Amino acid sequence: MSDRILMKGNEAVGEAAIIAGCRHYFAYPITPQNEIPAYMAKRLPEVGGTFLQAESELAAINMVFGASAAGARVMTSSSSPGISLKQEGISYIAGAELPCVIVDMMRGGPGLGNIAGSQADYFQATRGGGNGDYRIIVLAPASVQELADITIEAFDLADEYRIPVMILGEGYLGQMSEPFSLPEPSGKTFEKPWALTGAKGRKPNIIASMRLTPENLLEEHNLKLKKTYDKITEKEVRYESYLLDDADYIIVAYGTSARISRSAIIELRKEGIKAGLFRPISLWPYPYKELKKAASHAKKVLTVEMSLGQMVEDVRLAVMDDEKVDFYGRTGGMLPESGEIIRRVRHYGS
Amino acid sequence: MHEEIIVAGFGGQGVIMAGKLMCIAAMNEGKHVSHIPSYGAEMRGGTANCSVVISDDPIGSPVVPEPTVVIAMNLPSMRKFEPRLKKGGLLLYNSSLIDAKPERDDIEVIAVEATGIAEEVGSTRAANMAAIGRLLAAKPDIASMDSVKEALKIAVSKRNQKFNDINIKVLDKAHSL
Repeated sequence: MSDRILMKGNEAVGEAAIIAGCRHYFAYPITPQNEIPAYMAKRLPEVGGTFLQAESELAAINMVFGASAAGARVMTSSSSPGISLKQEGISYIAGAELPCVIVDMMRGGPGLGNIAGSQADYFQATRGGGNGDYRIIVLAPASVQELADITIEAFDLADEYRIPVMILGEGYLGQMSEPFSLPEPSGKTFEKPWALTGAKGRKPNIIASMRLTPENLLEEHNLKLKKTYDKITEKEVRYESYLLDDADYIIVAYGTSARISRSAIIELRKEGIKAGLFRPISLWPYPYKELKKAASHAKKVLTVEMSLGQMVEDVRLAVMDDEKVDFYGRTGGMLPESGEIIRRVRHYGS
Repeated sequence: MHEEIIVAGFGGQGVIMAGKLMCIAAMNEGKHVSHIPSYGAEMRGGTANCSVVISDDPIGSPVVPEPTVVIAMNLPSMRKFEPRLKKGGLLLYNSSLIDAKPERDDIEVIAVEATGIAEEVGSTRAANMAAIGRLLAAKPDIASMDSVKEALKIAVSKRNQKFNDINIKVLDKAHSL
């Protein structure tokens, strides 16, 4: 146990990014993720990297665009309203097929909302807050350890598929300290022959997101993106199941909501009520098939979120039985209560 | 064991650090721990608090709505968190700074002259150590005194390591009350 250290989620992201080889980080501060820029400001110069506090979120995401085009492993981070401002850039980066890692430690909304943790930006993250036919990979960790491990993975996925990868946490995950072990570097390397590294001895590379002519060029490009998305959907679905084999009642939750649901399930099992947890880790691609299979034997599927009901739409798409799907959510930065989850599941059986 | 602890006081009384210290000590004993500071719209001179969970089992929510233990280092903190304590929970309060008496009769109460003990040993800034020392005497399951003393090497910043002699003396003195 001696290799375990206590660190805030936000700081763990920073250290894991450095372990993953990230040497460029551009951001604009916002609570509850300010420990990420603070950590990167301190650590990146020590490893020969570049930390830059941009003048705005727009500037930050476009610096990410530029660094990624030049072949760098690059990250930015923000929280809900700041991520809204970054959507234009994210759409451009996705259109230009560039890799980058974006951390969103969600806070209460809409608008400036508040600074407590929230999961109300599921739609924004998984449906694309920017314009156009694009997807980004969205990963939702539920502990500081998983947050660090996923950060390593996110950089590899971004490079492998040339796609932005979003790590979607909430303020609670970023602010919480938990014991964890520093992740190992994956050891994977990626050639980037497309990068803008100077055209000496070769034809210039061109990276663009605008394709005006000929008229079918954009469709061709988007169909090429679609092929990548299909491959990701096939290969990169991630989820965790807990006590699902014999479960009459399935709770579907991610991030901090999943932790609270897990506590509720332990209590329910003590009462002899067969409850289990399905925790999507990849929110895009969503584990539709896996959830459909798990839910096929269940009597009820309760979705728990820190929102008024966003992921529950994906749960409905997976389960395809509206009678079976129930929802419990808290909004505005409030946490779901374990007691309320227990009361609901007890009620299903009565 | 499973304890959900709120440590609360004025900014500068070391409440966040006190929470981290217990977490690191318990972590090194193999327990599950979580620590989350309050990070609302706090003001200078206002109250600061952190939620700490220490458990033999994996931790669900790191946020503690109904604590089993409250350490109140000043009066506003006692007023704020005494009503939230679980029935039968423990309220440990800094009687050097808190004149008032706790109001509930369905909780366990320990008064400790935290600031007084710390001042006697050498620095009022170690009042948080007095609270932890006294808490560990009442709830030895949280972590051993040895683990806490060892954890000081990590929890205390480099520039304040020189005060660890005082920290240890205050811990011991409050523990043996």
